[in-house]
Amino acid sequence: MRGTLDVQGVLAGNRRAIARALTEVENDSQVGREALDLLFPYSGKAHLVGVTGSPGAGKSSLVNQMTRLLRAPEEGEPKKVAIVAVDPSSPFTGGAILGDRIRMRDIVDDEGVFIRSMASRGHLGGIARTTSGLVRVLDAAGFDLILVETVGAGQSEVDIARLAHTTIVVEAPGMGDDIQAIKAGILEIADILVVNKADHPLADNTMRALKASLEFSRPDYVSTLDRFHHRELAFEPLRTNLATQTKKEVSWTPPVFKTISTDGVGIEDVVKAIHQHANFLQENGQWHLRDAARLQEELNELLMAAFAAEWRKKVDQARIEEVLGEMLERKVSPINAAKKLLIAES
Amino acid sequence: MERKIRVLIAKPGLDGHDRGAKLIARALRDAGMEVIYTGLRQTPQMITTAALQEDVDIIGLSILSGAHMTLVPRVMESLKEAGLGEVAVFVGGIIPEEDWPALKEIGVRAVYGPGTSTQQVIEDVSKLVLGEVEE
Repeated sequence: MRGTLDVQGVLAGNRRAIARALTEVENDSQVGREALDLLFPYSGKAHLVGVTGSPGAGKSSLVNQMTRLLRAPEEGEPKKVAIVAVDPSSPFTGGAILGDRIRMRDIVDDEGVFIRSMASRGHLGGIARTTSGLVRVLDAAGFDLILVETVGAGQSEVDIARLAHTTIVVEAPGMGDDIQAIKAGILEIADILVVNKADHPLADNTMRALKASLEFSRPDYVSTLDRFHHRELAFEPLRTNLATQTKKEVSWTPPVFKTISTDGVGIEDVVKAIHQHANFLQENGQWHLRDAARLQEELNELLMAAFAAEWRKKVDQARIEEVLGEMLERKVSPINAAKKLLIAES
Repeated sequence: MERKIRVLIAKPGLDGHDRGAKLIARALRDAGMEVIYTGLRQTPQMITTAALQEDVDIIGLSILSGAHMTLVPRVMESLKEAGLGEVAVFVGGIIPEEDWPALKEIGVRAVYGPGTSTQQVIEDVSKLVLGEVEE
C-alpha cells in the first residue's frame, strides 16, 4: 500500500519496505518525514561515496565495476552496497529518463546490492534535494557502503562533496587543456580522481594535467567546514572540539587512477583508495567532523525554511502588495523592499 | 512535492530492437513521468528486481521476438512471487491480436501493436496509475 511505513521492515533490510520508504522520502511526504525521523537514530554508520563527473565519462560503468569488487573482495567480508543514481529531470515537463541501471547489469541480481534511480527534480547541485534523505534510509537499512552517482556534472555541481565522506571525480580523456584542470569547482572536491577510458590516446595527457594541477593548486587539504563556506547560515556553525583536530597534520593528496571501466581495468586501485580514504578520515577525526558539518547544514536549511514560513504567516498580505507595487514602479529597490517588509512584521 | 508517476520500461528476451521501447520511454518522459529504462535482454528476475527496488507504479514490456507467450507469463509469475502482483503491466511490440486475450487473461492491463499512437499509451498509463491511487 502507498503511504504506509514499515520502519521495522526497513531496519531488517526488507527490500520492499526500503523501496516504499524511499518513495515517500523522495516525495517529501508526511510519511517520508516521519520515516526520516524514526530512522535517524539508526543512521550514521555507512560509508557514503559520491561519484561525479561529466556526462558520458563512465560513472555508471565505474559504479558497476566497483560494486562487483566490493561484493567479492580478495579478503574480508563482502560489503552490502546501495547505489543511488541521479539523472536529470526535464526543466520543461518534469519528466526524466533514468538509465543508469543499463550499465549495472552485472550487479542487479545480487541480493546484497540495492539500486535506486532518482530524478533531480529541478535541483541544480548535481543531486536531488531529497538525495540525502534517501541515503539516510539506506544507511539505517544496514548498507555498509552507499554509492551516490550524480547527474552528469560540469564545473559547479559540488553538492555531493557536502553529502559524501569520499568523493570520486571521473574524467574522460580529451576534455580540455590544463587551464580546465586549474579552474575552481569540481576538481577541488575530489578525494579520488579517475581518468576513465584509459585506452583513449589522450588519456596520458589528461593524467599529466590532473597530476600537475594537484601539485600546485591544492597545498592544503580542503577542511570539512570549508566545504560549507560561501553559504548563508542561520547560525554560526559550531566549532566543536573536533575542529581543532583539523589543525593537526592531515594531508590527503588525491590519488589519480587510470581505468577502463567497461573492461574492469584499474578498478582494484580505486576500491583500495576508497577504503584507505575511509581509514584516513576516521583516524584524524574528519569522519565525525563531516557528519557534524552535514547535520548542521541540514539543521540550518530547515531553520531557514521554518523562519521564512513563519514570517509569511505573520506578514500582512496587503502590505506585501503595497511594497511590491512600489518596487515595480522602481520607487523602492528590492533591498529596501525586503527591509520594509521585515520591519512591518516586527 | 507532487507525486511523479514512475514507469519501468524493460525489454525481456533476446531481440535487439529497442527503438520502440526508447520511443515509448521518451514519450512518457515528455508527458512528465519518470521512466526507468533498463535496456536490452532483461530476464524476468531482473525486471522484478528493478520494479521492486525502484518502487514503480507501472511496467511496460517491449517484445518484438515473437516470444511474448513464453516471456510475459514468466514475468507476471515472477512479479507475483515478489509480492508485486498489483503493479500494472502493459505490453507492446509485434503481438498478433489473437494473443491479446490470453495476455489479458494472465493480468496484462493493455497490449499495443505497431502503429499505436504514443498519446494513447500516455493516456492509458496515466489512467491505470491514477486509477490505482484512488482505490
